[in-house]
Amino acid sequence: MKQPFLEIKNLKVAYGENVIMRDVNFTVNQEDVFIIMGGSGCGKSTLLTVLTGLKKPDQGTEVFAGHPFWGGGATKADRDACMRKAGILYQSGALWSSMTLAENIALPLEQYTNLMPDEIQDIVALKLDLVGLGGFQNYYPAEISGGMKKRAGLARALALDPQIVFFDEPSAGLDPISSKNLDDLILQIKESLHTTIVMVTHELPSIFAIGTNSIYLDARTKTVIAQGDPHELLKNPPNETLQHFLTRGEK
Amino acid sequence: MTASVALKKEDDNYSARLVFSGNWLFEEHPDHTKQIIEELSAADLKKITLNGKEIEQWDSLLVAFLVRVLSVCKEKSIQYELLNFPQGVDSLIDLAFAVPQHVDTGKVVYSQSFLTYLGNVALHSWEATKTAYFFARQAYASVVRLLMRRAVVRKVDILSEIQKAGANAFPIVSLICFLVGLILAFVGSIQLKMFGAQIYVSSLVAIAVTRVMGAIMGGVIMAGRTGASYAATLGSMQVNEEIDALKTMGISPFDFLVLPRVLALSLMMPLLTVYADLMGIMGGAFVGVFMLDLSPEDYFRMTMKALSMKNIIIGIIHGSVYGVIIALCGCYQGINCGRNASAVGYATTAAVVNSIVWMTVATAFLTFLFSVSGV
Repeated sequence: MKQPFLEIKNLKVAYGENVIMRDVNFTVNQEDVFIIMGGSGCGKSTLLTVLTGLKKPDQGTEVFAGHPFWGGGATKADRDACMRKAGILYQSGALWSSMTLAENIALPLEQYTNLMPDEIQDIVALKLDLVGLGGFQNYYPAEISGGMKKRAGLARALALDPQIVFFDEPSAGLDPISSKNLDDLILQIKESLHTTIVMVTHELPSIFAIGTNSIYLDARTKTVIAQGDPHELLKNPPNETLQHFLTRGEK
Repeated sequence: MTASVALKKEDDNYSARLVFSGNWLFEEHPDHTKQIIEELSAADLKKITLNGKEIEQWDSLLVAFLVRVLSVCKEKSIQYELLNFPQGVDSLIDLAFAVPQHVDTGKVVYSQSFLTYLGNVALHSWEATKTAYFFARQAYASVVRLLMRRAVVRKVDILSEIQKAGANAFPIVSLICFLVGLILAFVGSIQLKMFGAQIYVSSLVAIAVTRVMGAIMGGVIMAGRTGASYAATLGSMQVNEEIDALKTMGISPFDFLVLPRVLALSLMMPLLTVYADLMGIMGGAFVGVFMLDLSPEDYFRMTMKALSMKNIIIGIIHGSVYGVIIALCGCYQGINCGRNASAVGYATTAAVVNSIVWMTVATAFLTFLFSVSGV
């Protein structure tokens, strides 16, 4: 039986009077590849900002690896401590443009470990090797392609060997082959490092290729209307909205 | 148990064992890995066995070291074998070696002679001059199109820019120019007091502020505030491909983006200069009345005597020229900005620096011109 890693209860998120989602409940187990799916504008990315501590929910609790994250008396220091166990890959890669790829990856290692500079360089080289960017240490983000930026962003997200990695639409803007390669890479890294993955996406091939559990956020009802293994959901869709989504409206 | 690794040579001198033990974690890193790599590089080995049986916990530190060791083995054609490593290590090593290293590892740094350096500077300067000339020509063409009512420019944009460059700048212009008037009066009074002529502080402040100081201070404030904002806004639009979108729709970015800003600042700077003059005089009056014990009536009487329309107009001319310079420098840097975040920062800095440099050049030129023409 897998242990729960993230537990979300009764989450409500709003921007002022505009409620984005309410009554959101789900659990991400260790080593899950958990997909947050839904149509455009349903609040997937907003949910990710809540899960990663960037936005405070209006109501509800989040427990992160057994520690309170939102609610339950959690402070910013608690959230910061939790986030050191997490890596995030943003949609654009979000690499720091004034730093080389090596410096981008080395920064968290310099900040949070007491490793020697040559050890840091070895780990930077390893992380770049893992994402297929060995030898690109001295390149600036502006000098590499969009797909390479995503992989470099992944290398940075993995810098501290996180227990959980959050992905915000990793396949967005990539061609189908690059998108598949990125999915394969995510799976390989997950299996080797036993990392838990939470991914926001609406790319069906990625959802079915790597997802082991999922939720579907509905823009109309502003809540989770389906939950489970994406393959099972495709076989037995609990509602028409999800069926429409998973079959691209063809059935 | 702290991480440890030991290189043990076999009796045949051609084979060795590398034995790993303990917790290979970031926080418990071993201090002799560099030494092991050096020993391995120096040794004349044919075969090596890496044994990880005694490893208790591990993270990327172990894999990074193993990849380093295996790279040395590959380089020196040493046959290697991995034994008893924890689950996951093998697959990470395979993944690390899956894609060959990019051959061009980073930038090639060319060493160049002084003459080559000078040549490059000259070439870059020539390119920059051509770009600036092209920009000025486009801006001029844009104004002509506006006069011929052919420019695609929204009235609301012009009004909004006028508000931002004019009314919104009042608080900062008030504060700085009031303080500059106050400083001028203070400094002047030190000398004039010695002759009992402190009443002339009012004349000093009135002439200095209206002739050039009000315009210069207004210009410096607007360069830092509005010029920088133009560069940052247009630079961000360049990064977000908004300028490309305008071009592909056949809308000139000069008409749509540069023209409203140049018009707004050119129109507002003369007004701000007059306002800056007024605030400077108020600052001088504050010192005169409260520090030098002059009566307000005397102070303003002397100020009115010293004020001349000639000086006020000279100040307004300075201000107008500064307005055009600041707007053009800000928009030029924004439009020619690179496509990343640091380029926006560079463009913003360059806009302020260029504005101030060209304002100084313009001041020198105008001062010379007014002196020669006896104004």
